[in-house]
Amino acid sequence: MADGVKIKGTRDGLLVSLGAGDLPLLLADLRAQLNRSPGFFQGGKVALAVGSRPMTRADLQQICDVLGELGITIWAVISQSPMTRAAARELGLASASPPEEAPSDLEAGQEPAVIVRRTLRSGQSVRYPGHVVVIGDVNPGAEIVAGGDIIVWGKLRGTVHAGAMGDDSAVVCALQLQPMQLRISGNIARSPESNRTKQKARPEVARVRGAEIVAEPWEP
Amino acid sequence: MPGKVITITSGKGGVGKTTVTANLGMALAQHGQRVAVVDADIGLRNLDVVMGLENRIVYDLVDVVEGVCRLRQALIRDRRVNELYLLPAAQTRDKTAVSPADMIQVCEQLRREFDYALIDSPAGIEQGFQNAVAGADEVIIVTTPEVSAVRDADRIIGLIEAQEKGPGSLIINRLKPDMVRRGDMLSTEDVVEILAIKLLGIIPEDEAIVISTNRGTPIVLDGRSPAAQALDNIARRIMGEDIPMYQPAREEGFFSRLARMVRGGD
Repeated sequence: MADGVKIKGTRDGLLVSLGAGDLPLLLADLRAQLNRSPGFFQGGKVALAVGSRPMTRADLQQICDVLGELGITIWAVISQSPMTRAAARELGLASASPPEEAPSDLEAGQEPAVIVRRTLRSGQSVRYPGHVVVIGDVNPGAEIVAGGDIIVWGKLRGTVHAGAMGDDSAVVCALQLQPMQLRISGNIARSPESNRTKQKARPEVARVRGAEIVAEPWEP
Repeated sequence: MPGKVITITSGKGGVGKTTVTANLGMALAQHGQRVAVVDADIGLRNLDVVMGLENRIVYDLVDVVEGVCRLRQALIRDRRVNELYLLPAAQTRDKTAVSPADMIQVCEQLRREFDYALIDSPAGIEQGFQNAVAGADEVIIVTTPEVSAVRDADRIIGLIEAQEKGPGSLIINRLKPDMVRRGDMLSTEDVVEILAIKLLGIIPEDEAIVISTNRGTPIVLDGRSPAAQALDNIARRIMGEDIPMYQPAREEGFFSRLARMVRGGD
């Protein structure tokens, strides 16, 4: 469907936009897209853009339910229709009219990147459909889930998932690669137990070779 | 000049927030500062016990917030030093009895009356913690050299940064120099490397602390033990003095220890 459901990454997080068409068809399309990479969306928050489509509270509730199946919540509804915005408010959702300028949105699966210029601490999480670059450390208990590559200019000691939408060619690199757990697409690896040893840390890159994740010196 | 409100927090329980709060309050007062210590752990109050002021409580923080009494009426004066007051928590209520907005208001009053107000935060990251940091100008994070405590401290620092209260500064409590030397305990360097915030002080494990908290006599009142010295140094750093950091992990033979005792400090 050319003009159906689009899921995009924006500076402010994921944006689900509904195009023209019958709502039941759009809902089916939405469900299909989400189920292609359920792990990526699990527990996430999205903004919903519905254009000028007038929607009732029941319509919005249906969308909430589909997203809810995967534990996804809507934090805001963006619409040009006052009726839709009122319905969103009745459901306790934030609502807004679209910004004057379209957000610098980029389609999932293409090559956008977000740069995080701080250390990610325990309990903090970054989810992004494209690549994620961190200038700082990723501490134990922090989490990054990226559709593309993950690059950490610092110590990586948290949990990361690159290629989370099924891209086996994604890589994870860090100046010091000691993740709690590292996933690329459907593969999972843990750091060797010897990570208490203070060997000279050097930059490494992890990628999928065959059916397992291997870490190699990062020599560009 | 308005005073400074400093919240002492940790995430994990049992790392020594209350003991640190009581002793820093006492030490600051010994240095001539006007100090209030506030117990924000409503429902599980402890600060009054550690300070030995339990039997003098008439009004508490919740009474102040609910307008039952004025702030001055609830403050208990500690007669062992000149200007130290305790604002106790309520024991029969819970965290929901106070809101962050209430705390901001109480802190505003304390700032006018005192040089320093130290707020003893409850463990956790829920409403009690949110209340405790709401009115703070600065935050001190207490941790022990244990992986779980450091993990929780890291989480707390993230939350404090998100509230734009700065990264805070760090106290490492209950360090055992022998164990660090043997490589069985995280060292100061290990902890600072992960948390990456300013180190305010290191307090060595000290059995005298157990005795002093049970008696309700903050250990800095009897200033000779290693923990008392470390706490006094932290108080002086809070006042802006430049005191070199105590390095308990350093190899310390009998003679260097003797030399330290002669010099009278760490």
